[in-house]
Amino acid sequence: MPALSPTMTEGNLSKWLIKKGDTVKAGDLIAEIETDKATMEVEAVDEGVVLDLLFKEGEANIPVNKVIAIIGDPNEKVEVKKEAPVEKVIEEKKIEKNIETKIETKKDNIIDTPSPKIEKDTNLSSEEITMRQALRDTMAEEMRKDNKVFILGEEVAEYQGAYKVTQGLLQEFGKQRVLDTPISEHGFTGLAVGAAFKGLRPILEFMTFNFSMQAIDQIINSAAKTLYMSGGQINCPIVFRGPNGAAAQVAAQHSQDFSSWYSQVPGLKVIAPSTPYNAKGLLRSAISDPNPVIFLENEILYGLKGPVNNDINFSIPIGKANIEKEGKDLTIVTYSIMLQKSKEAALRLKEEYDLDIEIIDLQTLRPLDTETILNSVKKTNRLITVEESWPFGSVGSEIANIVQRDAFDYLDSPVIKVNSADVPMPYALSLEKLYLPQVDDIINAAKKVSYIK
Amino acid sequence: MKKLQKADYIKMYSFMLKIRRFEERAAQLYGMGKIGGFCHLYIGQEAVVVGILMTIDKNDSVVTTYRDHGHMIARGLDPKRIMAELTGREDGYSAGKGGSMHMFSKENNFYGGHGIVGAQVPIGTGIAFTHKYNGEKNICRTYIGDGAMNNGQVFEAFNLAALWKLPVLYIIENNKYGMGTSVDRAAAGLDLYKRGEAFGIPGEKVDGMNVFSVIEAADKAGKYVREGNGPYIIEVQTYRYRGHSMSDPAKYRTKEELDNYKQTDPIEIVKAEILKKKIATNDEIEKINKDTLEEIKNAAEFATNSPFPKDSELYTDVYL
Repeated sequence: MPALSPTMTEGNLSKWLIKKGDTVKAGDLIAEIETDKATMEVEAVDEGVVLDLLFKEGEANIPVNKVIAIIGDPNEKVEVKKEAPVEKVIEEKKIEKNIETKIETKKDNIIDTPSPKIEKDTNLSSEEITMRQALRDTMAEEMRKDNKVFILGEEVAEYQGAYKVTQGLLQEFGKQRVLDTPISEHGFTGLAVGAAFKGLRPILEFMTFNFSMQAIDQIINSAAKTLYMSGGQINCPIVFRGPNGAAAQVAAQHSQDFSSWYSQVPGLKVIAPSTPYNAKGLLRSAISDPNPVIFLENEILYGLKGPVNNDINFSIPIGKANIEKEGKDLTIVTYSIMLQKSKEAALRLKEEYDLDIEIIDLQTLRPLDTETILNSVKKTNRLITVEESWPFGSVGSEIANIVQRDAFDYLDSPVIKVNSADVPMPYALSLEKLYLPQVDDIINAAKKVSYIK
Repeated sequence: MKKLQKADYIKMYSFMLKIRRFEERAAQLYGMGKIGGFCHLYIGQEAVVVGILMTIDKNDSVVTTYRDHGHMIARGLDPKRIMAELTGREDGYSAGKGGSMHMFSKENNFYGGHGIVGAQVPIGTGIAFTHKYNGEKNICRTYIGDGAMNNGQVFEAFNLAALWKLPVLYIIENNKYGMGTSVDRAAAGLDLYKRGEAFGIPGEKVDGMNVFSVIEAADKAGKYVREGNGPYIIEVQTYRYRGHSMSDPAKYRTKEELDNYKQTDPIEIVKAEILKKKIATNDEIEKINKDTLEEIKNAAEFATNSPFPKDSELYTDVYL
């Protein structure tokens, strides 16, 4: 099973284009594989006869690197090392390959221990859906409700979304409301802002937020400031959404976290969901909001599954953090993908050091729910912040400022921030791992604020 | 196009004169310290916006640059409230929070007043998108300075407008200088109206000192756009008598050049036409002059007496 995208860890075998006994040449198409993003054709790289097909059409979730077919010389005695050695390779790959693998393996923890708030939700679906489905469903629901909601962006229509988040929307709503744009962020962002000034409610997808830098003048100078500059006359009901931060090994220009950049701007609201459940509730609030909203998704989380609330009016208010896990010894404030790592760290801190961790998932970065943070710190007296952004002037920096100002007497130790390394994102797998905050980094920070050697 | 009526001539003359007197008064208030920051005057360019005005539908939208005072007056907005915005008072169109460069009137479909060169072009294209999306027959007039014609987002907007056949009329106000840099020192290829050619957008060049030429071109272009043919570009050749902004002594051009343009003053051209056609007498024109001066004096009076915004307004209008 070939890896066909940076974040792919497993694939579905949609179709064989060869059968046993066929002779294939290098370059011949041999199979169709469905990845986390698309269905793709795979070519043979060697010549030979198809000796065996190890998976049937339609088989799903085949791990990357698993042998799916054997091509060789029928006259030569080929020693086919079928299972054992291959498995070993996969195991090694899984450990190192990328973060998604880690999340997948820890998924059970996440789903088995939903936050208290989700547990209390009587409307919770029995079925678990992925983050990308949750986002897609919410957009479709809102588009059904309000004709003024439309979506535009690169590859959102015919391609069905670069990350399949807009899958099926073109078919349901047509090309008037689901628009493929040219690769022209500055232009189409300005266009969408103008449409919002005039009363439409655009959802603008950035293929990734890295490309929003091309358009950042329109986001800040036009979308965020015009209500103020017009003395309250002209609002801008728009959602800028797309994946933010690191994917897997896409290096410096495609791995930037923009959470603190946008959170700095009055006039913008900034949201960073962490689960299918809150993605659904928060995206609905974002689309309904009369202000410009930056909605920071995470590519690695698109495949994360979880229960949701399927009520088409279910929403989570903007500006409200979620206490993901209650605890008494130490508070971790986090958001987006780092919630998963924080939860993993909390489990280990409990097991290894008997620390009872409280985890706050911010959900919204601006406006920041300072009340929830302060109440927690007043209870636990210790705080670490965990986020993927660079350390200088990060969301955690602002939280540390607020906490020292408003809860100084409650603190038993300095606040520690866990961030990415203060360098551009490197490509090499080993360096990438060093760059990103890891569970061990969180554990070390927790030990430090708890004065554990 | 429909024949201009006598009243149209008077309307043109009155509006152009009102813009001229307004800007002169704004310059005076600036000198007195009543207006702060940047202040870009429209003197010399009056025929452009007034010519376009003559072909406009009140439900059409407009978006322009920071040189916007004249555009607002031509839109029929109240000079008192425009001037009050310039003086940063609570009766200003943006309640004193926008200033000279950032003025809006949603109820009059006037979408600014934009301070970033070129930014209004995709925005105007998006407003046109909305007209089309809503199935309206209206168009968006999007003004562009010659300086912005070297700005990348302008061409991104052209591409989108042509691709999606949006009802947007682009009007390039070529006043020969982007701040202190003359067009020939900034643009490779001086026919700015041809810059839509690669996208299949038709364009033409018009004498912007002569309001009648502007009307003719705007009428034709407006029809083309309104009929659903997509965008159109008019490049209007004009000239600003003053510097780029109040703080610009305009040393980069000669006095002769300025005097030369003053020979074809847009207001004098209309006045001469009115007298020639015996639409009004000299006395009647004098009355318009006097009334206009009075109206603008009142506007200045109003704008300097309107209260400053309340301190509590600092934190309003950030979010709706």
